[in-house]
Amino acid sequence: MDTHHKILLLDDDPDLLEMYRDILSELSSRPEIHTATSGARAMALLESHPFRMLISDLKMPKMDGLQVLSIVRRKYPELRTVVLTSVVDEQFRSRVYALGVDLFWQKPGTEQEIKSFRECIESLLDRNTESGFRGVQSKSLVDIIQLECISHSSSVLRITNGPLTGKIWINGGELVDAETDGARGEEAFQKILAWRTGNFETLPAESARARTIFKSYNALLLETAQALDEAIHAVDTHAPRAAASGLTAATQVDGVEFVLTAGSGETTELEARGLENPERLAAWARQTIERFRALGDRMQTGPLEQIEALGPHRHVTLAQPAATALCVGWRPTMTADEIRGQMKKVVTLWAS
Amino acid sequence: MGLLSFFSKAAPPLQRLPSGSFTLDRTGRLVVGTVTSSIPIATVEDIGRQVLATFREAQAAQLPLSELIVHFGSLKIVAREMRGGAIVFLTLQNPIGRN
Repeated sequence: MDTHHKILLLDDDPDLLEMYRDILSELSSRPEIHTATSGARAMALLESHPFRMLISDLKMPKMDGLQVLSIVRRKYPELRTVVLTSVVDEQFRSRVYALGVDLFWQKPGTEQEIKSFRECIESLLDRNTESGFRGVQSKSLVDIIQLECISHSSSVLRITNGPLTGKIWINGGELVDAETDGARGEEAFQKILAWRTGNFETLPAESARARTIFKSYNALLLETAQALDEAIHAVDTHAPRAAASGLTAATQVDGVEFVLTAGSGETTELEARGLENPERLAAWARQTIERFRALGDRMQTGPLEQIEALGPHRHVTLAQPAATALCVGWRPTMTADEIRGQMKKVVTLWAS
Repeated sequence: MGLLSFFSKAAPPLQRLPSGSFTLDRTGRLVVGTVTSSIPIATVEDIGRQVLATFREAQAAQLPLSELIVHFGSLKIVAREMRGGAIVFLTLQNPIGRN
């Protein structure tokens, strides 16, 4: 198959761009290479061409690499992103990965490093189109699925467990379908996850696969883990699980006193459980999330993940996993660590 | 040094994230801090302003707070309320090594 991926190289030094172009022109996939000497130019090119990969420097005048990448990661989540820099600093490496960049690479200095760099780029470019077998030791199936979903991969995982075979379809980081032993969708997914051992094989993505799973991967993983735990322990004396909305289900998590969701921006609808007058708290939650999100953007800290607010009467956690702000009240006797653990459950239940 | 190091260039330095701690009085004035001087004072003041405003607005929403923990991808802010002011701790986060 003749697929020439487009790569955009961004560096303010035209000589370096030429050198990178030479290095990448030797890739066996023969990608089409475009260059930009400024962040603004790169953004304009990304608007007009379907690039597969952006390779960016960090230190650049006006708009530095961190600024470009924070915009690009939000605007083009499918784009593979690579940082190629002479900056040798753990802080910047961490921040780059916190932004969700695929690869942080120090500018190659030797022929061997250049060769390794080429191989990494080739591998990253072909990730969705190549079939193969990845041997992963000491990783559970849950780990593998999370890795695939977090990296927004598209692939088909074929799992074999003795005579049993199952497949899980992942497109763009979302679970799309599963199939095993006559079962399909969530049922098949849960059956496959119940296997404790097996082999994984990654097959080429099937983007046309009909979708039968509509829950987020983390919600489904949590539900499956809970189902497995319940099956193992047989009895569950507390936490009755009503077949109710995600919000109601979230209030049943141990320690939760109330749950409030508040739309932000154009959607401002409110929904609350366990609160009598939620408007004032909702306004504070929205404002606080917006305030720290803006601070994070100004400082390039990576995404705002969560805010914990502890008080003498009540603890509150704020998160915004989607367009809606989620505000959860906790018993004041709980510690921040306990709250953090329980909040993961709330978010997944609410998302589901 | 390597092949590409010949092409060194003079680009402006990248903005580092602050780490350390500082205290603010109730007016938002920086009282004392251990954040390195290479971090612009405006950045530290910006953090302080957001923290104090959050404490104040929480109080107005009848949610008095004693501590605020803000998790970003690569920075954690922990702020403790101190009689209208605050002490703020800034810790860099490593997304790879974190649980």
